[in-house]
Formats: sequence, structure tokens, C-alpha cells
Amino acid sequence: MIEIEALRIELAGFTLEDMELSIQDGEFFTLLGPTGAGKTLVLEAIAGMVPLTSGRIRVKGRDITDLPPEQRGIGIVYQDYALFPHLSVLENITFGLHYHSADLQASKNWVKNLMDRLGLQLLAHRSIHYLSGGEKQRVALARALAVNPSVLLLDEPLSALDPNFREGIRDVLKELHQGVRITFLMVTHDFAEALFLSERTAILNHGRIEQIGPVSEVFQRPATPFVAEFVGMKNVFPGTFKETIAVVDGLELELPSPPARDKRYVAIRSEDIVVSKEKLSGNGLNVFQGRVLEVIDRGLYYEVSVRTGKIIFKAMLTKSALFEIKLPEGKDVDIAIPSSAIHVF
Amino acid sequence: MKKQIDPFLWLTVFCGFVVVAFVLLPLIQMIAEPSFQDLKETIQDPDVRHSIWLSVYTSGLAAFISFTIGTPFAYLLARKDFPGKGFVESIIDLPIMIPHPIVGIAILSLAGRNHWLGNLMQQVGIHIMGTVTGIVTVLTFVGLPFYVNTVKAGFEAIPVRLEHVSRSLGASLTRTFLRVTFPLARRSILIGLIMCCARAISEFGAVVIVAYHPMVAPVMIYERFTAYGLKYSQPVAVWLILVCLVLFLLLRIFSLPKKNQT
Repeated sequence: MIEIEALRIELAGFTLEDMELSIQDGEFFTLLGPTGAGKTLVLEAIAGMVPLTSGRIRVKGRDITDLPPEQRGIGIVYQDYALFPHLSVLENITFGLHYHSADLQASKNWVKNLMDRLGLQLLAHRSIHYLSGGEKQRVALARALAVNPSVLLLDEPLSALDPNFREGIRDVLKELHQGVRITFLMVTHDFAEALFLSERTAILNHGRIEQIGPVSEVFQRPATPFVAEFVGMKNVFPGTFKETIAVVDGLELELPSPPARDKRYVAIRSEDIVVSKEKLSGNGLNVFQGRVLEVIDRGLYYEVSVRTGKIIFKAMLTKSALFEIKLPEGKDVDIAIPSSAIHVF
Repeated sequence: MKKQIDPFLWLTVFCGFVVVAFVLLPLIQMIAEPSFQDLKETIQDPDVRHSIWLSVYTSGLAAFISFTIGTPFAYLLARKDFPGKGFVESIIDLPIMIPHPIVGIAILSLAGRNHWLGNLMQQVGIHIMGTVTGIVTVLTFVGLPFYVNTVKAGFEAIPVRLEHVSRSLGASLTRTFLRVTFPLARRSILIGLIMCCARAISEFGAVVIVAYHPMVAPVMIYERFTAYGLKYSQPVAVWLILVCLVLFLLLRIFSLPKKNQT
């Protein structure tokens, strides 16, 4: 269990503000946020590489705040692997055993087990210079786990990999975590990774936690405009509420139920907005007329911007759907938003 | 159409030739001038052999001292930020800028009887004036900056994350330095040693003030030049150059056996 209390780190031009975080034993926790949010700083603070301004860090009940990194029992895996270039694969993996060799035979068995799991046996005596990105990351994982840390920190472990290796390592991470039951704390900027791998997540922005919770809950019920946009809600607007009506810039949206009094925002996923050239109507649908402003090719789908009154909605259309309904820019269309798809916070 | 070549490119090439010729011509002339007989007679002279040997081993000692005290210090400069770091770094560069005779005079004034430190040193039997100790002191003084700067750059080029990982695996700062940083900086350390040695072996101005005798090779070359002229100084110079070249080559060959490790 990792407990972070009032963690504060002040650097030139950046402050991590009084962070509180509690991670369960054996949990896979992700720390999400954009570049520059301070995610790596949190990891390095837990590992003991950066001095804290204030706050305490406890792992399994032991206060490690003032311990040097080598006495913390916390493993770290970096995005760029950080393998020792002057050592072979096996020498990299066994690097830390010198300092943890209470039972050498047990350690050796454990390393063998890890290398089998990660498919590294055949690479043992290779130089790390000739490994692929995926292989390097597996060596880095084996090296960190070889010394049986109580916590494994992962700093964007998938970001530097080619897309074809990324999925492989992602699966490896999931299997490893289930196999070794060590607490994993991973930093990433990719919500999809967090959704696939972790149980709970914290969203970090400008050195401050915006929301903590189960990943699916954060995904479905973001608590702040930043989180809403981060989890892919492209339509986030401030609004006022009157019973089951939300008013956004003069536009009235019907909600399924009256929101609590402290709500201030409306958010809608772009995939929940229907765009049509035909007249739309239906129960529980908010239908508006609008004009297509822009159609952007996003690769697998198109993002269509539609202006309704003063608001611009962003809708998502598959390529085939767009091809069928043929939406030139400037065209008048109907958009429909199911009231159940409107999220308020 | 013929491809146009920018006149500036011609200028760069021309300047390149000028620089290379400027460096090589005098050296080639000096090496080519003494006859084989001159060279043979010179190296048979015990004084010459003694001077060259003295130059080589005092420079080697200076490099060794620089290695011992310069390596940890270079690591500190490469890895830690502290108040006044810029000031400390410019102090390291001072010996490069100070005119060499002044270095000699400065060291002598500290080591003389009029200074408490000089007094103390003489009481415990350390003499600077006219001794090998004095020569090594001066050579270390002028060579150390080259060693520290080279090795510092080498340490800076090693990703600090490698050290972080090593620490997280249980290695203390010392063990991390010995098992990760030092082996990876080996090449820069070697280049630092060569730079330091080369600088030390070529030192004349400071040495001549601290120790005219025992005579290092550059002082002997100067003495032969002033006393007997060009013809007598050249063969000693050639031998000094040859010995240095062979030593540096050997050092490189023995210290960099594997090419695939970068």
C-alpha cells in the first residue's frame, strides 16, 4: 500500500501541489495526465530521486520519505528503458541481486521464472544494443521485478514503442501484474491504456489531482471540464440548470432527471451526437437545427463540427456513414442528442 | 548547366589548407631536419634519456593525481547543482588562462618559507623548488582543468536515469558510480587522461621557474637551444614527440579494446 500525504514539490517554474493519494496493496493504479502535468515527478518522488518540499510517503506502513532510493524497495521502469548499455541482457536483469541475495537459489529461480514469463531466455547473453524496443522493455521489466520490489513504478512504459509492440507489452504488463501481485503504479497520457490495464486512476493536471476513482467511473462521470475533455468528451459547456432543463448559451437541453444543485457543466461525447440531413424527432431526444462548419478526417472516423445558435457541437461519424449522407461544409442539418447521453457535473 | 559552387565554400576549403599547413609544416621540418646519426647520438646521451623519462613520468603522475581527485569532483559538477557552481567552474578554468610563468611564481610563493603552508610543508620534508615534487605539482596545476572538463562532459552525457535505476535496484550512490557511471565514462576518462598528460608534458613556462633542475625535456630543449642552437635542440624534441606518440597510442590501444561498446 502506498500512502502519499500532502506531497508538495516546488521546482523552478513548476509546483506539485499538496497531493493526497492512497493506493491499495497489489493494485494496478494509473496516474493520467498530459505532458507537463507532473506525473513523472510523482514517480521520482516515490522512488526517492527528487527532494520533497513537504509531505510524507509511506509504503506498506513504512515511512520512506527520508530513505535513500536504494533502501526503498521500489522498482522503476522508464519509457526509454534505461538499460545499462555496458551489460548483457542477463547482467542487466541480475544487476540488483547483489543487494538482495538473502537466498541466492531462490533469487535465481525467480529470475529464471521471470525470464520465462517474459520470453527472454534465448536473449540472455545478447548485448542490449541488438534488441527491439519491445524486447528492451521486457528486459527492463524483468530487471525491476528481479529484486522483488514492493511497488513497481512504470513511467509511460508503452510510449516509446512501435504500435505493433505496444499491444504486446500492454498484455505482458497485465499478465505480469496478475501473476506477481505487486503494486503497479503507471504513469501515462493515454486513457485507453489506463482503461485496459488499471483498476483505479488519478487524473493530474498542472501539478494537481483533478479526480481519483475507478477508471470506468472517471470515464463515464468526469468531475471537471479538464477530465471531461481528457476522457474524450469533446463537447463540454458551462450551463445553468432549471429542474430537468440545462441551459447552455441560450440553448435548452432536456435532461433525464434534475441534477444536484452544485452542478455547473454539461458534457456530451461526440459519438453520442447524431447528425442527419433528414428531420429528426423522438422521445428523449434533444433535436436542434444547425449548419456544418467543418469536417475533419481523424483517420478511422470523421469529426463534424455543427453550429447551433452560439454553440459548436462536435460529432463523430464513421467514414461509411459520412460517405452515405454526404455532408458538405455549410450544409444545414439536424442534430439529435439523447438526454441520457448528457452528463452534468 | 555547370553546378555553381558558392565562393564561401572555396574560402572554407582554402582556410582549411592554411590551418593544416601552418600546423604541419614546422613539425615536419623539425622532424625531417636531424640526421639519423644525430638522433642516434642524442638518445645515447644519458642526460637526454633521463630528461625524457622525467617528463613522461611526471606528466603521468600529474594525470594520475588529476584522475584521483578530478574524477569525483567532475562527477559532482556534472550531477549536482549548488550555489556558486558557475563560480567554481570558472575557477577550474583559471589555470588555462593564467600565463605559465605566473603559475610557477604563484606556486613558489605559496611554498616558500614566508608562507605558513610552505613552512609547514618544509617541516614535513616536502620541497617544491627544484624537485620532482615541484614539477609534478606544477604539471598537475596546468593539466587538471583539461581532465576535469573532459570527464565532466563525459559524465553529463550519461543519462541520469541509468543511475536512478541502479539506485532503485539497491545499489548505493558509491556502488552505482562504480558499476554504472564509471564504466560508461571510461572513454571520456581516458581522453581526459590523454589531454591532461599532453598538456603536462608540453609545459615549459611554469616548470622552468619551479625546477630548472632536474631537467624535464622541454627545459632541456630550451637549454640546448640557447646554449648550442637549433641543431642541438631539434633531436631531443623529435625524441620527445616520438615517445609521446607511442605512449598515447599504447594507452588508446590497451584501454579501448571493444569497439561495440559506446
